[in-house]
This record gives sequence, structure tokens and C-alpha cells, in this order.
Amino acid sequence: MTDERPHRIGIDVGGTNTDAVLIGDEGSVVASVKVATTTDPLDGIRAALDGVLEGQDRSRIGRAMLGTTHPANAIIQRRGLDRVGVLRLAAPSSLAVDCSAAWPQDLRDVVLGPTAIVEGGNEYTGAEIAPLDEDGIRRLAAEVAAAGCPAIAVSAAFSPASPEHELRAAEVIAAEVGQALAVSLSHQVGALGLIERENATILNAALLSTSSAVVDGFRSALAHHELDVQAYLTQNDGTLMTAEEAERHPVLTLASGPTNSMRGACALAGVDDAIVIDVGGTSADAGILVDGFLRESTAAVEVGGVRTNFRMPDIISMGLGGGTIVRTEDGGLRIGPDSVGYAVSTEARCVGGDTLTLSDVSLAIGRLEGFGDPALVADLGADLLTEATGWVDAQVAGLADRMKSSRDEVPLLAVGGGAHLVAERVDGISEVIRPGHHGVANAYGAGIAEASGSVDKVYSYDVDGRDESLDRAKADAVDAAVRSGAERDGVRITNVVEIPMTYVPGGGCRVVVKAVGPLR
Amino acid sequence: MTITTLAADDIESLCVGATLLGTGGGGDPYIAKLVARQALEQHGPVEVVSASDLDRDARVLTVAIIGAPTVILEKVPAGTEFVKSVEALSAYLGDEPAAIMPIEVGGLNTLLPIATAAEMGLPVVNADGMRRAFPQIEMTVFTLAGIPAGPMSVADEKGNLCVFETVNNQMAETLARTAVIQLGLANAISCYPMTAGQIADHAIADSLTYCRDVGQLLQSVQRIEEGAWDRFLAETRSHRFFEGKVVDLDRRTTDGFARSTLILHDLAGSDRVMRIEVQNENLIAYVDDEPVITTPDLICLLDHETYEPLTTEAIAYGNRCHVVGMPCAPEWHQDGVVDLVGPVAFGYDLDPVELPR
Repeated sequence: MTDERPHRIGIDVGGTNTDAVLIGDEGSVVASVKVATTTDPLDGIRAALDGVLEGQDRSRIGRAMLGTTHPANAIIQRRGLDRVGVLRLAAPSSLAVDCSAAWPQDLRDVVLGPTAIVEGGNEYTGAEIAPLDEDGIRRLAAEVAAAGCPAIAVSAAFSPASPEHELRAAEVIAAEVGQALAVSLSHQVGALGLIERENATILNAALLSTSSAVVDGFRSALAHHELDVQAYLTQNDGTLMTAEEAERHPVLTLASGPTNSMRGACALAGVDDAIVIDVGGTSADAGILVDGFLRESTAAVEVGGVRTNFRMPDIISMGLGGGTIVRTEDGGLRIGPDSVGYAVSTEARCVGGDTLTLSDVSLAIGRLEGFGDPALVADLGADLLTEATGWVDAQVAGLADRMKSSRDEVPLLAVGGGAHLVAERVDGISEVIRPGHHGVANAYGAGIAEASGSVDKVYSYDVDGRDESLDRAKADAVDAAVRSGAERDGVRITNVVEIPMTYVPGGGCRVVVKAVGPLR
Repeated sequence: MTITTLAADDIESLCVGATLLGTGGGGDPYIAKLVARQALEQHGPVEVVSASDLDRDARVLTVAIIGAPTVILEKVPAGTEFVKSVEALSAYLGDEPAAIMPIEVGGLNTLLPIATAAEMGLPVVNADGMRRAFPQIEMTVFTLAGIPAGPMSVADEKGNLCVFETVNNQMAETLARTAVIQLGLANAISCYPMTAGQIADHAIADSLTYCRDVGQLLQSVQRIEEGAWDRFLAETRSHRFFEGKVVDLDRRTTDGFARSTLILHDLAGSDRVMRIEVQNENLIAYVDDEPVITTPDLICLLDHETYEPLTTEAIAYGNRCHVVGMPCAPEWHQDGVVDLVGPVAFGYDLDPVELPR
């Protein structure tokens, strides 16, 4: 049915702007719009939809995708977070580390309600550590509900491989307190690593009200425009969740902003493998896409000061932007790291301001057009321009080199308001591409996203064999992608990571597989 | 007297030092840090003593976690298993411990004995048997001194306990590993029961404070303090052998144990290539096929920008790092060291190389 309506709407709700793009046949940009983000996200989404749908044929639009930094900002600003109960199913193991052990005090004060570690959870073999303590679960559920907390986070040892105890705990909680508590289960939000996964689950539970507001806003904006479409949100890796799933698992959307922006830029340029540099007014972010997906970082990721185990995009930031301030002192130049930021449009020398910025340098050497008056920067000396340009080029080449994983030359995509800083030639780069429509790369990245599924499990190669274990993991990942809405025939494996277990014989190996495919 | 105390504040530096001395393995000490911090907050600071501060006949028992770091990430310690393993061995021997000692200062096992000492109200001895991570129980300076690993005890968090008598330290390793596979791969072990006198004569001295000091030096480097990098290299007598980018990472499982090979290309753009052979820990580093650092000396990888020590599990394509060769504890330089922990002990037909002085 959706084949007859192949057009999509991509929407990005950022901290400053809400963008929308209407994507037509073969990924073409039919219309795009940028409006200010509003306190209630609904208003901004409505305004963006107004703009992008004006005069367009709606009958061929089948889907709408939303990317948002709303939940991420809620954590960073400690705003709109709910206080939640915390239940761990792992005793007698894990008692040496409390549920709040790794939390900064200010976030602990806002988020953590009653907690308990009760008997339950599984061994790596799948055997029970202890039978599930259902009385203990009931006691905590009653206490959490009585404390007025709206949600509870439940995490069991080895639940990514053996989710039964978490699922049973959800039933016990529902039987005890009815619908009074929303339940977040750790195997649905995180990978191996009990403490980090528990942290992510607590954050998830604390974000449920915020995510409901965003998803409700999205749905009612779609209804307001009489769009009968399937609604999705993008997650950290740039793939999709249904709106219903996103409402329950907001923590999986935390890093979708930069991911959508970089994937969108690559898709607009028609390349799958490239380095992307997104240069703003103050800073530049760099990432690398391999087969259309951002390389992920292996380092533990802190979210608002809490350690989690999400796979987040591997992005490096540095103080390089259109508003970066250039100073002459002691006969030399000092460039940045401070910046006039977005005020570059009023404070830069070339628009009549008093501050010499990198935008002025770009204009004087002919890299920037359509901004400012060249006459106002005509007095800049050749030495100053050479030195400043040399510094900028070295920073860009350095960023690109840090992202590269081999000596082969790859293309570089330059996007963002400060993209003029990137020269036409960069060391180690095959070509510099400046994709069209890059101002709405975020929304475009959301609009082109696909469905995915993943598996993260420990296998015994000695017992099951490596090939069979990998085949099983891949088949499970494909099934998971199909469950998230992918067309089975179109699903491909995008990532296989094998991490052999150290310090034990027996061929134990942790296998992480991801599968991605187009929506059916 | 060289008594000092360890409080929750020291744990951060010890954790950085422990990751470095893990030399790529030893298990990420993050969980151990949380365990130690909680124990110190609950039970108060722990006294650190030298073996020579104790009566020569005083009993000292070691404690460590044994299992798979991947499993420990999920099956976090209960705390009680460590106390149980110590108490079981103490009951078997028929005497009370006067202090607790780490067996392996490097990785996870640096910090866990501190938690156990706090819980038992005992001091911790500032010494160990490795001052780096090694994969097997017999790989200690105690084996070189002829001190048996047994009797030893293995305990889990549920109350299962075994005490072993073994005829040699290799058999101690085999029996312990077999028990641990049945007990869930995250267990407590107490082995090498010794007197304070034996420790004063044969252990690697001052390893806990060494670990903390090395951690503090590296933290200064991470804060980009003036001259900190040179001070770190000088005080650890280390050398930077390479600044490179990981271009290949071949992980495979042979003989049951995880082995991998890392290939790094020179960041400065020359054709020099570094290859590092890894089995649990980084064991041998070659530059252009010439061995430059060999076990038991330490091969440490540090993130090129943040100077965070990197464990093998965390390394990925494209990581940029410093490769540092750090001399092993001087106590290792005695007869038998090459056969016990040199390249040949890990199946490499290679003579150890000496680090530049």
C-alpha cells in the first residue's frame, strides 16, 4: 500500500531551529523549510509542516520521520525529568555496587526514587543466578508508586541474552500497581554491561514524559495537516523506530542529531563513504561514514555525567567556525578558540562590525561569496591572510586525518554555515564536495532513514562452531530488523563485531551484529 | 613505619594507574573502582602497610577476581565472595590473616583487595606478585621464588566454595580455571598464602603506591600540565616507541585463548609499521618486523589526544595512539623469568629484548 505513496517528510527539531523537508521520487528534495523551535515542540513542527506542504500534492506522502534533540537537552539541562524507581534483578551478585553508584549528585537528586536489588537474573550460560524474588518486586513497586514516581527502571544480569526475568518482573509490577507505573526494561534499551545498561534504563524511564510530549506533538501536527502517514523517529545510529516504540525508548534517540545531519549530507551528495565536516559559527564536528553509516565510538559514553554503554557516533569537535576570532598580538596571530558565534552576521568586520573573524579572512581570499562587503576587508595584509588561511587549512586537514582509518584518499563533505572555511584542496582528501540543500541535511537524514535490528550476545564457538554462531546471530538480527518494519528481502548486514572473551578457554565470543533494510 | 591510608579520593588515580599497568588487558577496572569506592565509603579508609611493618610470622592472604572480564561486566561482584574466599583459606590453614594483599596490581585486581580489606577491617600490604596484568596464576615472582600457589580457595557469590591443594603452580592454574568455568566465570580466589616475612623477601614492593603515583603522573598529562609527559616518561623510565593509527585489528581465538594482532601506521606519514601481538595483554611490539618491546616489559597504548590508557577490547580501527614501553618491576629480573613470562611462555620463538635505559 505504501508503494503508491513513496514520498516522505523528514523533520528535525533542534535546539534553535525546526526544519522540514519533503522528499519526492528517488530522494529528490521537493520542498524544504526552516522555522524557529518553540517551547512546545508541537508549534514548531506545525509551522514547519505548514511551510513544507504548501501547494504540494499530499496524496503521495506515505511516511513522516522525526529527529529530535529534545530528550538529549532535557538531560543536559536537568529539565522535565521524572523521578523514577530502580529495580535490579541480580542478587546475590552485584550487591557491591549500588544502583546510584555512578551518578553525579545533582542528577541523582532529581531522578532517583526508591531502589532495590533483589534476587534474580541469569548467568552467561542462561542458568538463573537465583529464582526471581517476586515478593521483593511487589514491595518495591508499591513503594515506588506510593512515592509518586510515574515509572520504574528494571535491569537484570545478562538480560540482553536472557530477558525472561525482566519480562516477568514487568507482569508482577503491573499486577501489583496496575497502570500506575510505566516500566522500562533494560534489555530493550542497552547492550552488555549491567551498570551502564541500568544507567541507560533509568535515564529512559526518567524521559518518558518528555518523549510523550514530543511524540504527541508530532502525531497531532500530522493529524492537524490531515496526513494519514506512518510516523517514525530516528535513533542514535540513524535508523528508525516507530513512534510508539520511540515513545517508550527515548534514550535511543539521544545522539540522532549529528547522525542525521552527517548521513543526510552524504545522501544529498550521493556518496556512501566520506568524511563529513560540519562547520558552524563556533565549532566544527567531524565524522566518517562507512557504507552510509557513521563510524561508532568504542569508548564508554557519558550522558549528562552518567556512564552508559550506547554505541554513539565517533565525532570529534574543535573550536573552528565562521565566527572564530582572529587577533594580532606580539607580531603574530592568535586564532580562537573563542568566537562571536551566530553574532557573526552583525559583529564581523565585513558586515561593519569591529571583530576580525575567520569569515572576514574567507571573504578576503575569495572563499566566501554572498556575505559581507569585500571593501571592508580589503585592508587585510597578505601576510595575515596567508598565516590565517594556513592555520585553517591545517586544522581541517588534521580533523580529516584523525577521522581516516587508512591512508587511502576519501571524499570530504563540507556542510554548515561555516563550510566556506574548507578549501577546495585538502591533504589526503580525494575531493571536497559541498552538497546542495545542506541547510536541511538533518531533516533529510531523518527522511531517508531505514529500519534496523541488532543482536549482542555471547556465543560458545567451541560448542556451536564459529560459522554457525555467526549465522545464527545474523539471522536473529535480520528478524529483529523485520520486526522493526524492514522489508525482509532488502535487509543487509551492516556490522559484525566479534570480541573473544579474554582470560577463559572455551571459545566464548561476544558477537554484535546489526542488520538494516528499507521499510516495507 | 611507612603506613599510609587509602581513601575514596585515591581510587581515581589508582584506577588510571591500574588500566595502564593492565597493559591492554587485566579487565577494565571501572567496576572494581565502583566496588572499592562503595566499600571505603561504608567501612572507612584502609591502612596501607609494608610487609616489613608486620610481624615476620604474620599471615597475609591475597584476594583477586578470576573469570572473564566480559562476564564480570554483567555479573558484578557481590563483595561477599572475596571475604568468603579469604575466610575459607584462613579456616583451612588454621590461622587468622593480619593483612590482605593484591596478587596482581594491574587491571581489575588492583582495587578489589582494597574493598575486601575495608570490609574485613584489615590493612592491605603495599606489594604484589606481578605489578602488571598476566593471564595465569603461576605467572608471579612468587613462582620464581619457589612459593606454592596452594593451598588456595575459590568462592562464588552464592556460597559455593572449594579449597585446593596442588602439587605445582601450573596445576593451581588448571584447577582454578576449571572451577571458575563451572561457577559462572566471575569468582573470588585466594592463593599464595604467605607470611609477612616471605612477602618482605620475595614480593614486588610498593606496587600499590607505584600504581597510584603512575596514575597521578598520567592524570597530570591528561590535564595538559607543563612538562607532565616528560616527567611521566622519566619517572617510569619509559620510552615512546611509536605514534600511530590502528589500521588493522585481527581478532581470533586459538588454543581457547583470545589472540589478536594490531597493526599501526606511523602518524607522521613515514612507512614505519608497528605490529603488536596480543593474548589477553599486549605481549610483543615490533617496528618493521624488529621486536622492540617484549613481555614481561609493559606495552601500553594511550589515546593520542586524551592520553587515556586503552584496553584491547576498546581498540578499534582508526584509533590514534602513543605506544609506550615501560620496564617491568625490577623484582622480575631473576633466574627463570624468561621461561615463566618471556615471549617463549606465550608460544613466541623469540628472545626478550632489553628496553633502552
